[in-house]
Amino acid sequence: MTPTATVAVLAGLAVGTYALKAAAPLTFGARPLPPWLERLTEILPAALFAALVVTSTLTHEGHLVADARIAGLGAAAIALERRAPLVVVILASVAATALVRAL
Amino acid sequence: MAFGIAASDAGLSAWETGAFSAFVFGGSAQFAAVDVIGDGGAPLSAIVAGLLLNLRCLAYGVVMAPALAGPRWKRALWSQVMVDQPAALGAAQPDRATARYAYLVCGTYLFVFWNLATLVGAIALPSAGDLVTDWGLDGGIPAIFLALLWPRLRQRDQRRTALAGAAIAFTLVPFTPAGLPVVGAAAGAVAGWRSRPADADDDADDDAHDGTDPA
Repeated sequence: MTPTATVAVLAGLAVGTYALKAAAPLTFGARPLPPWLERLTEILPAALFAALVVTSTLTHEGHLVADARIAGLGAAAIALERRAPLVVVILASVAATALVRAL
Repeated sequence: MAFGIAASDAGLSAWETGAFSAFVFGGSAQFAAVDVIGDGGAPLSAIVAGLLLNLRCLAYGVVMAPALAGPRWKRALWSQVMVDQPAALGAAQPDRATARYAYLVCGTYLFVFWNLATLVGAIALPSAGDLVTDWGLDGGIPAIFLALLWPRLRQRDQRRTALAGAAIAFTLVPFTPAGLPVVGAAAGAVAGWRSRPADADDDADDDAHDGTDPA
């Protein structure tokens, strides 16, 4: 991505995110959100995190690929199942990815 | 630090990476946007994907607003740390004064630590593509997203939503430009919309064993 495009993403995301953060404290206060919006904020992250797991594991430059990152994801799942701290989860994934790639 | 490495992997400079952490300050959205950038997605896709993730900051604002009484400029400043941990900690306090204190201490700590760590990651590993793949550092990114998703998989509605989101993204990847599969996965929210969290508690024990492959 060109530097201009990166700055555009940075600016758009920074302004939009701040608007979401400050909307209640600065404007409408503690008035509750409409139920549908409340519900959306509860479950939307699950859909997006899952999608990001798929894209960051299985794609390379916009194409589906199966490579060593799958082993990394498996190692991360095992670490999470054993309630390992985040650093351990990441290191397990990195190690498994590197190991499989080196084979 | 992981964000610094992820952003370097996507080809961002240390300055750009640092600016993301300081001005956006929303971990998961930063990772999402940088992931889309790294895959060569359109800027708009990266922005929309990030903002959909940060939609929850709006709900945190509603919860924290009563505790954040004060002059307008202070409320404006305090709002920048309206992210998961400070909001959760603030909401758990018994009264407004303690809530504001907890929110601000946690938020300030997180902001300073997150930005310092980002710079360490971005400077320690300047965009050296081969190094990133040789060491398996790109394998750390899926682990971060999986870790963010993991606690949500205990509830049935969240699990359905996640499964639908993953399926949509997987289906869209071959046909759409990078970034759109993530944005499109938002439609997966329909799958978990009606089943309330309360439905899920009775089978929580079984779920500890079947949630190993959300992707």
